[in-house]
Amino acid sequence: MSDQEKSLYYVEELPVPETPLPGKSPAPWKGTRIIGKAVPRVDAYERVSGSAVYPSDVSLPNMLYGAILRCPHPNARVKNVATARAESMPGVHAVISGQTAAADLEWTYSSRGVRLKSKLFDPRCRHEGETVAAVAAETPYLAWDAVRAIDVAYAVLPAVSDERAALDQGAAAVHDQGNRVAPPDIYERGDVDRGFAEADVVLEESYRTECEIHTPMEPHGCVANWDGDRLTIWESTQGVYRVQQNVAEILSLPLSKVRVIGHYMGGGFGSKLQAGKYTVIAALLAKMTGRPVKMILSREETYLAVGNRPPSNMTLRAGIKKDGTLSALDFTCVGTGGAYPAGGISLVDWQVRDLYRCPHVRTAGTDVYINAGPARPFRAPGHPQGAWALEQMLDALAEAVGMDPVDLRLKNIALYSQARDGQPPYTSTGFKDCLEKGAAAFGWKQARQQIAAAGNRGVIRRGVGMAGGMWVAGGGRPPSTIILKLFADGSVNLNMGASDIGTGTKTVMSLVVAEELGVKPEIIQIEHADTGTTQYATPSGGSKTVPTESPAVRAAAISLKQQLLEIAARDLAVDPATLSFRAGSIVSRNDPSKKINFTELSGLKQRGVVVGIGYRGPNPENKVTNPFAAQFCEVEVNTATGEVRIVRFLGAHDSGRVMSRLTYDNQVFGGITMGIGLAMTEARILDKTHTGKMVNRNWHDYKLPTALDVPEDLVSLPIEPDDTEANTTGAKGLGEPVTIPTAAAVANAVYHATGVRITQTPMSPVQLCRRLAERRKEG
Amino acid sequence: MKNDHDHSGKKTGFGPGVTRRKFLKTVGSGAAIAAASDALTARGIAKADVIKPEAIVRVNLSINGIRRSLVVESRWSLLYVLREKLGLTGTKVGCERGECGACTVLMDQVPRYACLTLAVEAQGSEIVTLEGLMQGEKLGAVQQAFAEHDAFQCGYCTPGQIMAAEGLLRGNPAPKPDEIRRAMSGNLCRCGAYAHIHRAVGRAAELKGKKGGAS
Repeated sequence: MSDQEKSLYYVEELPVPETPLPGKSPAPWKGTRIIGKAVPRVDAYERVSGSAVYPSDVSLPNMLYGAILRCPHPNARVKNVATARAESMPGVHAVISGQTAAADLEWTYSSRGVRLKSKLFDPRCRHEGETVAAVAAETPYLAWDAVRAIDVAYAVLPAVSDERAALDQGAAAVHDQGNRVAPPDIYERGDVDRGFAEADVVLEESYRTECEIHTPMEPHGCVANWDGDRLTIWESTQGVYRVQQNVAEILSLPLSKVRVIGHYMGGGFGSKLQAGKYTVIAALLAKMTGRPVKMILSREETYLAVGNRPPSNMTLRAGIKKDGTLSALDFTCVGTGGAYPAGGISLVDWQVRDLYRCPHVRTAGTDVYINAGPARPFRAPGHPQGAWALEQMLDALAEAVGMDPVDLRLKNIALYSQARDGQPPYTSTGFKDCLEKGAAAFGWKQARQQIAAAGNRGVIRRGVGMAGGMWVAGGGRPPSTIILKLFADGSVNLNMGASDIGTGTKTVMSLVVAEELGVKPEIIQIEHADTGTTQYATPSGGSKTVPTESPAVRAAAISLKQQLLEIAARDLAVDPATLSFRAGSIVSRNDPSKKINFTELSGLKQRGVVVGIGYRGPNPENKVTNPFAAQFCEVEVNTATGEVRIVRFLGAHDSGRVMSRLTYDNQVFGGITMGIGLAMTEARILDKTHTGKMVNRNWHDYKLPTALDVPEDLVSLPIEPDDTEANTTGAKGLGEPVTIPTAAAVANAVYHATGVRITQTPMSPVQLCRRLAERRKEG
Repeated sequence: MKNDHDHSGKKTGFGPGVTRRKFLKTVGSGAAIAAASDALTARGIAKADVIKPEAIVRVNLSINGIRRSLVVESRWSLLYVLREKLGLTGTKVGCERGECGACTVLMDQVPRYACLTLAVEAQGSEIVTLEGLMQGEKLGAVQQAFAEHDAFQCGYCTPGQIMAAEGLLRGNPAPKPDEIRRAMSGNLCRCGAYAHIHRAVGRAAELKGKKGGAS
């Protein structure tokens, strides 16, 4: 390789980190050359040019299209499925239902140790949108014609649509054993009665957050194709290995006979961590017809059958001393994961348990069944709901004891995890900095002073609000295996099983390779998210992908470097410990004339490739790694119309090291945007009094934030606590914490502006007008 | 592939810019035509004049400057034909009911939801899809700006966002921030990349200006 060519691949004259001796842990990076910089994504070209192939774009020769007939009732028994008319339609190649022998397969739901078995096509449809039959036809139009031609006889049963009434006497039973998923989930530390007795002020309030639907832009779905007994699935998923495992188990196939590919995917937010019934149905239809089948759900189906963030009904009683010290928290929650065990109250109480220092805490959660679609994890499960209650309560407590809301939180910072056994310390917590630096950057005190000075009377009222948060996970964990290949010309291939769900995983991992090898990120080829060609990885979700994968990538790069050093030491006849990397070559630190380019290394020339393998090491024992957050916002409330305009938002986030600044900021803004949806507009509406059906199963009636709902003035303030213990890259998770405090911060700002405390999402103009009118009446 | 229609950013005949109202009006015309045909049927116009949804018809489409002659069912959407019959998968399916904008294409320079446009309606119009903004393997100005500003996450709504921005800039080469927000408000992004999208559209206007209007 000429010097000119080499400079295409490697960054000149920049030292790369020293290589640890074999078996030794690498030192934390001090300064980084490329990690944390604002560089465009390595796959930006594919995503903006249209050359990225998403599963819904896959088109195979001779491909058929699938469609699913779903139960229109929230609770019904299928008496008969008449398919003859559909089967006889031209262009229709297969029709299956619960009456089809090959489709008689089990489908299991489980959550917190509760497992319930049902069927792929269960004759008892416990939620609207349950699968009843499916077809494969020449075009999607013909497939839907055929679905409409299937006659199903249902015995419609009474349904329960409101979790708050699910345990009432006479409520319809979702399952024979009743509507309680499990005995109440109780957590207790200290003695709350004593805590309340010690308090100077005790407040109690009830809160509710509505059920949200993920609705990723790419609907759920896949293309399935058989080659004999080998099945290949292109699935829109956050985790190809999880889908492979689900499908192999249900179809009783060896893992090696199921290949799942998911290079690109159009968003998941937790709803695409697993295979869907549609995945298995597509595979069955493909098998029966001997042709590939494309099965992409309609938008309406994504509202009914592939997950949601459960509604949460919460009551929080809190005791505080005059100096702002929390003395007791007592929290209850009733929630529902829908018709099957699906985590209806999962993690709703976590921040009450763990975010603030408090000696006396009790939480109790009740998870019930209703006749609605099963929940799936939704970005920071439970946490935005818990924050909605806890962070509004802290705001009220601050006012009650005459403290600034930021100061009250600073007064109660925890340096260790109180809710875990043994109360382990955090590997790092930047929560204090999130609060202090966030408040300073936002101009928190000045904003409050200005609003107070202006009197805040007219029709348009201004207010500022803030909230804190933490995410229960976000430290990552084994397993992860990464393979890094050095080609003969010094360019690099990175092989990883993880999906890039839009968070920038491929970019972050390329930057890790670039940092360690000195190679330019754009020269790195990436293979990922394919069970046939890449290594095992857990699904990308829970803010664990970067802290899980990046240390494994670093380990693979170090393994590669160690091998190159050994080869170079032999070639140059020197001690490997005296050698360093420099721009595609290896140089002796003692004698600069002893230098060899990668491409001249005998081992690389002979084999044509050097392979570095990296594994994710264990997390530190007896310590916890969590990300922390504080968000600040300013709103204008029109007290005549009830409209809220969010003027500006600032997110101060401790997610450890910033790995890639552009994708980092993008996550922060995206999390805030999603949180604005929870606060302002999003709510699944079930027709509770009559049909039990969902009435807003589309983006027209179920409103997501648009370009006009997000303020222009959005600031991302990274707090980097230099966590040297969490893992070898110092990164913590980001995707979940960025949406946790948002809705509560908006509610606190609305309270500051109007004096009206909105405890139920969404803060619609209708609700706000009603509450403002009530307040005027109260005088 | 080089498009044969005007990429110069000169006056396109659509005045100073595509307003949100005009955009909606254009988008809504598919439904209007459907309603009109129902009305005709109700007034007793001979049945033969009304094409059945599954009737096979020949259409001539001009897509990215290339004329395509196809046999379609009259009910097929432009979106379906682009993606599943012509392999132009840059245009995405989000909702198939005109709510999200993932399927936005330009129809005679105006952003239009391809899911609410029948293929037969697209005859006689110049259709531009995301692929039509490419100059060979080189990104167009809006695409370049989206890449530079990380104006996407999962990237699935991105083609529609880019086409909405392209339509805005063809009619209004120097939009104000508020005009950008309004023009982009017909395109949902569940990842919430709006902040970066707004910046990218501003940058795209700069890039187009520098190149003397070339896309």
